[in-house]
Amino acid sequence: MVMGIRFEKVDYIYQPHSPFEHHVLKDINVTIPSKSYTAIVGHTGSGKSTLIQHLNGLKIPTHGTVWIDDFPVTAEGIGKIGKALRKKVGIVFQFPESQLFEETVEKDIAFGPKNFGASEEEALKKAAEILPLVGLEPPLLKRSPFDLSGGQMRRVAIAGVLAMEPEILVLDEPTAGLDPQGRREMMEMFYHLYQQKHLTIVLVTHQMDDVAHYANHVIVIEKGQIAFAGTPQEVFKNVDWLEKIQLGLPTATHFATTLIKKGFPEENFSLLPLTLEALADEIAAGYERKKVGDADE
Amino acid sequence: MNNKLVIGQYLPLDSFIHRLDPRTKLLGAFAFVGIIFFADSWQSYALLSLFVLLGMMISSVPIRYFLRGIRPLLFLILFTTCLQLLFAPGQTILFKIGFIKVTEEGLIQAAFIFIRFLLIIFMSTLLTLTTMPLAIADGLESLMRPLAKIKVPVHEIALILSIALRFVPTLMEEADKIKDAQMARGATFGEGKLKDQMKAIVPLLIPLFINAIDRAEELATAMTARGYKDGQGRTKYREISYGRNDLYVLLAFIGLTGAVLWLS
Repeated sequence: MVMGIRFEKVDYIYQPHSPFEHHVLKDINVTIPSKSYTAIVGHTGSGKSTLIQHLNGLKIPTHGTVWIDDFPVTAEGIGKIGKALRKKVGIVFQFPESQLFEETVEKDIAFGPKNFGASEEEALKKAAEILPLVGLEPPLLKRSPFDLSGGQMRRVAIAGVLAMEPEILVLDEPTAGLDPQGRREMMEMFYHLYQQKHLTIVLVTHQMDDVAHYANHVIVIEKGQIAFAGTPQEVFKNVDWLEKIQLGLPTATHFATTLIKKGFPEENFSLLPLTLEALADEIAAGYERKKVGDADE
Repeated sequence: MNNKLVIGQYLPLDSFIHRLDPRTKLLGAFAFVGIIFFADSWQSYALLSLFVLLGMMISSVPIRYFLRGIRPLLFLILFTTCLQLLFAPGQTILFKIGFIKVTEEGLIQAAFIFIRFLLIIFMSTLLTLTTMPLAIADGLESLMRPLAKIKVPVHEIALILSIALRFVPTLMEEADKIKDAQMARGATFGEGKLKDQMKAIVPLLIPLFINAIDRAEELATAMTARGYKDGQGRTKYREISYGRNDLYVLLAFIGLTGAVLWLS
């Protein structure tokens, strides 16, 4: 069995044969490796959200096949495998707090497990287990989700997806609208989950710093087509191209390239730094080398 | 991505009918419903059908969009037609099965009713396919303006109508999103027993209502912040005006009325 997510010649056309026809995805051929932390970046309207909705068959390709491990998603739909696929791939949509509906937090988290066949008791037990994972306290279980703060509501909604115990966790701009502190905490939480639960994570984001920090695989999507796929190092090497398509760079990388432009010797960087720590290390190492070099002279 | 989504049925094409003033189309559609009730001969129905078909052709809207308009009313149409067919009074009995007798008069009445339904649906579909919902609201406000003299809150009614129309696509989009999110959590819609289906809709409706109420509050705040009080002395962003073509259409309708009265 081949593992991972594979897009094979996938086209998605919105409302074909109508005046609203729109070719959203064009001939997508890309692989998301199993157990990877893959970031999908691209402009608003580039097709990112449509792409990820193919991962659990909420959208089906107009042509081509999406393989999720050995589950095929084709133009014929997902039929009988639907339930199993939805359980395997958990999607946290943008502003997921808007999907809360139950009287209590625990009931809302239990909604997913119950849909996938867990008994009421099992599902509530699962809710209690999951809550600490998203950084919330047990007393919240009996509260109404609508009494919570925005950040807490979002965590409850994420818990609702995690409670399904997906193998693949898809996150569509999970930190949109949060303050810097909340952003950091949430991204750390996902990274922690990634390491603990050995999930495959697919993160849709505009935050290049998050890509640099957490992802080990990056897909750049531009006007419905795959513009680039590779490691963060490989992507962010293309400084001029990224600026041309206006996606931007991680702060540290931007800092380093600006330094180089201002005359800082490029050979001081053995590797283009992506994070603040890497940047500091590279500059320090550069000075060390220089010192050794000076002493040799 | 969904900014191309347009509510209702409006198809953004460009045709003679699309360019008409919304008031002309509204008056025309209303008048047509009135006229059709005077028709009681084959000739008059033929003329009316021709008129509607001509309109449909000029609008350059594909025929399937009109046929789609019939679908929700199909049962009602067939039911009414059958009632006419079986129970309309008449002397000339064509055939008789038990207490059911089909008369020639009944058959003709049923055919007329059927055509009448079809034409009314086509005409109103023509209106909604070629006119933006907001233009319809503007048109209605303008047509109702005389009622303001007898203290009918015309502006408020029009405002409520435009806001409601304005938020239909937003709500639809949101319903789609929530539906996707709940389906991603394993919910199924439109499957199983009726009771289960009704239950399944709760996770969709509650978030939808909560978001709509929140949004209404935000909208009210935004309107107050921009100094909205009431309709007194407000000017319009979209002006509507009659043109030469509107006059031609008006004349066509007067001609049609005359012809139908003469033929009946």
